[in-house]
Amino acid sequence: MKKCRLFVLFIFCVSLAMAQDAAQLIKKVKAKLELVDNYEATGVMKTDIAFIKAPIGKIKIYFKKPNLFKIKKEGGISLLPKGGLSVNLSSLIASSNYSTIDAGVQEVGAKKLRVVKLLPNEEASDVVITTLYINEKESLIEKAITTTKENGTYTMLMNYGAYSNVGLPDKVVFEFNTKNYKLPKGITLEFEDDTKPLSAAQQLKNKKGRVEISYKNYIVNKGIPAAIFN
Amino acid sequence: MFSLVQVELYKIFKRPRTYIAFGAVAALIGIIQFGLKIDGKSYLDFMLNDLSSSLEIDGKILNGYLVCYVMLQLLLVHVPLLIALIAADMISGEANMGTLRLLLIKPYSRTTLLLAKFIAAIIYTLMLLVWLAILALFGSMLLFGTDDMFLLKTSYVVLLKESDVFWRYIGAFGFAALAMTTVAALGFFLSVFAENSIGPIVATMSVIVFFTILSTLNIPIFNLIKPYLFTTHMIGWKEFFDIKVNASNEAIIGSIQNPEKIIKASLVLVAHTIGFFVATLLVFRKKDILS
Amino acid sequence: MSSVIQVQGLTKKFGHQFTAVNDLSFSVNQGDVYGFLGQNGAGKSTTIRMLLSLIEPTAGHIEIFGLPLATNRSAIMKKVGAVIEKPAMYEYLTAYQNLKIFSALSGVSKTRLQLLHELDVVGLAARANDLVRTFSQGMKQRLAIAMAMVNDPELILLDEPTNGLDPQGIADIRNLILNLSREQGKTVLVSSHLLSEIEQVATRLIIIDKGCKLVEGDSKDLFDTSKTVVEINTLHNEQALQKLLQTSWSDQILVDRCNSKQVIMQLDEKQLPSLHQNLVELGIGVLSVKPMHSLEDYFLQITSTQKYV
Repeated sequence: MKKCRLFVLFIFCVSLAMAQDAAQLIKKVKAKLELVDNYEATGVMKTDIAFIKAPIGKIKIYFKKPNLFKIKKEGGISLLPKGGLSVNLSSLIASSNYSTIDAGVQEVGAKKLRVVKLLPNEEASDVVITTLYINEKESLIEKAITTTKENGTYTMLMNYGAYSNVGLPDKVVFEFNTKNYKLPKGITLEFEDDTKPLSAAQQLKNKKGRVEISYKNYIVNKGIPAAIFN
Repeated sequence: MFSLVQVELYKIFKRPRTYIAFGAVAALIGIIQFGLKIDGKSYLDFMLNDLSSSLEIDGKILNGYLVCYVMLQLLLVHVPLLIALIAADMISGEANMGTLRLLLIKPYSRTTLLLAKFIAAIIYTLMLLVWLAILALFGSMLLFGTDDMFLLKTSYVVLLKESDVFWRYIGAFGFAALAMTTVAALGFFLSVFAENSIGPIVATMSVIVFFTILSTLNIPIFNLIKPYLFTTHMIGWKEFFDIKVNASNEAIIGSIQNPEKIIKASLVLVAHTIGFFVATLLVFRKKDILS
Repeated sequence: MSSVIQVQGLTKKFGHQFTAVNDLSFSVNQGDVYGFLGQNGAGKSTTIRMLLSLIEPTAGHIEIFGLPLATNRSAIMKKVGAVIEKPAMYEYLTAYQNLKIFSALSGVSKTRLQLLHELDVVGLAARANDLVRTFSQGMKQRLAIAMAMVNDPELILLDEPTNGLDPQGIADIRNLILNLSREQGKTVLVSSHLLSEIEQVATRLIIIDKGCKLVEGDSKDLFDTSKTVVEINTLHNEQALQKLLQTSWSDQILVDRCNSKQVIMQLDEKQLPSLHQNLVELGIGVLSVKPMHSLEDYFLQITSTQKYV
């Protein structure tokens, strides 16, 4: 019985220690991200949503601490998953009002990544849980899965390059669930319907939407007028 | 032949009736533009209702290109009625006035006369479309500016780059010209049979309304005959605004999703036009002029 | 005198039942004012429309200016002008615009001054720029004539030109016809249901009834007051006609076809006794021989079913 208690205590201590580790890691990551107060970047956005036919578009991305984030298409129309992109990396961990849970190490591709789950302490928070896959050596988040109350679950995949020292990715891929899209013919005024209905498997696959943003030419900490975010 | 066409056009454009169509088009376009200018946001919210729950759509969606598309969508169904007003009157109206017999004792063959009249009807049709294009496309471009074109289709949405839109309108208006010529040919054909203009005008409108309803109804038994109705093909201009995507679902600039549909629809319409005209010719050449 | 119009065996059937024109033959000579007489529905308009190739004959042959109409339509129509029934024109155009259109359609290019002169000839110069819609029937009729003349035709066909006109209008038309014929040497074919009208202008005339020719001849012969028209009723009119045609009486038979009910002859009253005798000799069972004094009486009798005077 004593042995048993001791074992429980041990487990508890270990997990506490590991949690501490995870919190440390997040702090390190955060510290890196905090190097950037604001940035402006140009990029290319590719939208891959089954029911959207859109060309690759050139965009400008603006960010300002703590969570101002804006994608602008020069004089064009942009389609973004709702809420998804506004939840930016640094805004994910900007506040400290969350609990961290260490979920061990996972191999993603060829890399061994530390998995950390963040649970917001606030009841009102839209985010239910965020799972981060962190490259411990570089203190970079390589993958994040966020589940929200309002906007479903989305995944962000990050690739780093020249700006890895400040935690800014070269490429971000957002994956998110989309609802089925259908407009009545009365509204679109179409008669012909020879488009074959998609098979169940296709429909399932198509329910995932992807938005891919490749960043170029970061201008970091040069200041951005607040008006841009309106 | 040239002078015959000239005379026919002179007659068309000296009639007050001709300007009803131009006036109606201008009024309709004006009203829609006014409405969208004043309260375009509500219209957009309504259209985007479904979509905006999962997507954030940013940019000037309600620009001239979209406004023109919305108007063509509404108007091209009704323009045939305005074309019928003139085309279905080309022969019957003259029969009614009694001038047909005067035309037919002039030193031209009936074929020549009919051809001249048909060409005049086509020119009228084209002028109406040019008028429509000036007001709906250029007018909207002026009023609403241009931008990317965001189109809602029944089961997907299409985003066309601003630079990739104008040529599509040229194609669309070209196609509309074919479709409206078919309507003119139908009206022209029906006008051979009557000695008053109301009959053929109403008949042409009825045929078009009837066929359009059949084309719109999504009832399996009617789906069998749909491909044979020319009205089904009349909305082929919309195909110009559908774009191809590559394997990674990325729109290919300057492409059309179903060019073969446009070609097929054009052929069907041209065949109908020729068919109607030849039928008109066959009937008219043998017709005893009793009016 | 060369013939301008040659019609042989002209027939028009509408559907299977109704024969509007039945085996009609006649000829119009150069310079004639040819009267085309018959009650309404006799087939006058149908015949004139066939002469203008507006209606296709069921059978028969038409030659105008010595050319078959069927194959030389355009060439012939260049030299023909016509007013067919009630005047027709574009009511939403002015008199001048109407005339201009038809001059263009006739392939003649005329200056504004020439066209105005032509309107002046028919007394419409002052109204040249008024919409035809505002014109009276008589003014329309005069404009229709100007339009028919715009290509300076050699042959003019006038179908009931006095219909709906007041007495002055009728007189104007009559003078116009006489002028065209006498002063300008045109050939005119004019139809009417009134003998009195034709009588005053026609040099030759034809009377048709139910699509059949009853009488054709020179006006001066037909209106010869010294002669009497007689109507002979026999037991077998067809036979009687055939027999009479073999004799010297044949020249005096007015109606030789189409009317098997009676034999109509025009002859000197003094010849009546010998006609009676001959009929008996020929073995024709005569029912009655009815003198009618003049062509007018005869025409009135044909048209009496419709009560015109």
